[in-house]
Amino acid sequence: MLPAVPLAALFLAAFVLPLIALVAISLFRTSQFEELSLAQYVRFFSDPFSIKVLTDTIWLGAEVALVTLIIAYPIALVYVASGQLMRTLITFLIMLPLLTSTVVRTFAWIVLLGRDGIINTAMLSLGLWQAPARLLYTWEGMVLALIQIQLPLMALPVINSLLRLDGNLTRAAEGLGASRARIFVTVILPLTLPGAIAGWLLVFAAAATAFITQTLVGGGRIILMASHIYQQAVGVQDWPFSAALSLIFTLAVTGIVFATGALSRRYVRGVDAA
Amino acid sequence: MELALSDVRGLSLDLKGIGHAFGATVALDEIDLSVAAGELIALLGPSGCGKTTMLQIIAGFLRPSRGEVRFDGARVEHVPANRRRIGMVFQNYALFPHLTVFENVAYGLRARKTAKNVVAAKVEQMLGLAQMAPFARRLPGELSGGQQQRVALARALAIDPGLVLLDEPFSALDKNLRLDMQIEIKSLLKTFGVTSIIVTHDQEEALSMADRIVVLNKGRIEQIDSPDALYDRPASLFISNFIGHTNLLRGTVTDADRVQLDAGPELDLGRSAQRRRGTPVTISVRPENILFGAERPGAIPVTIRATLPLGAVSVTEGVTASGEAVKVSQARAAGSAKTQAGETAWLTISDVSRVSIFSTPVDELSLHHPRSI
Repeated sequence: MLPAVPLAALFLAAFVLPLIALVAISLFRTSQFEELSLAQYVRFFSDPFSIKVLTDTIWLGAEVALVTLIIAYPIALVYVASGQLMRTLITFLIMLPLLTSTVVRTFAWIVLLGRDGIINTAMLSLGLWQAPARLLYTWEGMVLALIQIQLPLMALPVINSLLRLDGNLTRAAEGLGASRARIFVTVILPLTLPGAIAGWLLVFAAAATAFITQTLVGGGRIILMASHIYQQAVGVQDWPFSAALSLIFTLAVTGIVFATGALSRRYVRGVDAA
Repeated sequence: MELALSDVRGLSLDLKGIGHAFGATVALDEIDLSVAAGELIALLGPSGCGKTTMLQIIAGFLRPSRGEVRFDGARVEHVPANRRRIGMVFQNYALFPHLTVFENVAYGLRARKTAKNVVAAKVEQMLGLAQMAPFARRLPGELSGGQQQRVALARALAIDPGLVLLDEPFSALDKNLRLDMQIEIKSLLKTFGVTSIIVTHDQEEALSMADRIVVLNKGRIEQIDSPDALYDRPASLFISNFIGHTNLLRGTVTDADRVQLDAGPELDLGRSAQRRRGTPVTISVRPENILFGAERPGAIPVTIRATLPLGAVSVTEGVTASGEAVKVSQARAAGSAKTQAGETAWLTISDVSRVSIFSTPVDELSLHHPRSI
């Protein structure tokens, strides 16, 4: 038990205490820390703008996670069917985003997506586009950048659960006359669902809270929870409201994570849960 | 809804000149095999002999490098596995763990877009035959090994296959259950009249299940014969050693019908040795073909090493003067001749006509069929 003490102390100091402080701050009625009340929460739920920011952020996380999942399966299927050399190469390519810092990766996307960026320049000089398209500071651009950055979080658990799938099961399905699409839907997908759900949750949480990428690629036009909190805290200096925003956001994300986990335990049969 | 069994019919299988290589490694070479409709064949051989490769080629999971595969006379090398009308039973059963017993058995029918009421009737019929009807709603993880195997077979037979392939079907079962399941599955396969191929490395399993056994060694067919013929007239030293237990004794041909054993006596074969004088040979004598006897010309002297009482029989091992081990198996009731370790005993061959003679030296047993690359 003794070695756990330093860890517990660290956990307490770095996680529990700030959280308690956050709860305490959010309970002040004014930004001058006067009067304890639930006013900040009432303010959030009666403010359509803030609610829209929250739902947009959750939708962003869900969308990025879903598209990443759809991209991850073909990659994982190719990986599992490949030889050792190809597998190493695919692993390297998947892991690549993890080897550079978020800021660098995000700036790379700015270079790619900008008005004079590589994509616009290439499309214009090929004559495919008449005028430079607006890619940066758009929702789609932001989703694209987040997908690339979060892909490893999805691909690795999906690959892992595909590797653990008994090859005889797909062979049995094929022998019983099932087409490839049918085998995927009736055997591969249900049996790799724990990995897919694990990946979905990781990407969902990471994309919804990706402050740097959201801010730099999304720009000032798209307000999401992270930048909303930042503006309220640093810009407006309204610490109680931003503390309330933070707690609401944290509860919303963890609530979705736990609900998804509970749902999957209920509906995933015959496979070890993630 | 009643479904007759008579609409199920086995197909005939022909393999002609099948060869397969994985890179530079030859897995199968010059395989010719004809299987009649409804026949039960065992592919028997040690691990790495090519039997699994052969099964995968028949199933359509693997396209052979050379040769023809014919079902009922029609070539099928290019027909994918999911259109071959084959039922597969895998070594680990490969039941879908997330589907119930019912859904597992229904899988092949649903893949063929069979009408719902037909699926239900057929699955019920199959589960009834496999004595698994009470377990229809269970998941495979909740079944015993024998029950899982019944479901696997029911699933394979539900699609009315012309051919059923079973890959080491009994290896995951414990020994007591194995014989019961062998009898049960053999009778089910025969009831359906389906052509069946069992892949196994277990000679007892092959002997008990198959109409004919195909012995594979190093990618080639060594012999195709009935279980009895394989046991009594093995075509090679490899088979004589692989099927059942046997004693291999070195000797030299001294006369048209005589072999001088290194172990001492000269053996009168009672038939032509079909080899020149002076040819070194290996003779194979089954343990149950040897008796303890008195000292007399032709008897082999051995020093007793140990006696193992194995229930129905007792097996005694002795060592000859030439250092060769000889096992003697006798019914225990007849075991009046108690032998002690260290004693000298005299062994007589009871039926010389059942002794096999090979030119292959014993020490080349594992190398005697060089693989052609």
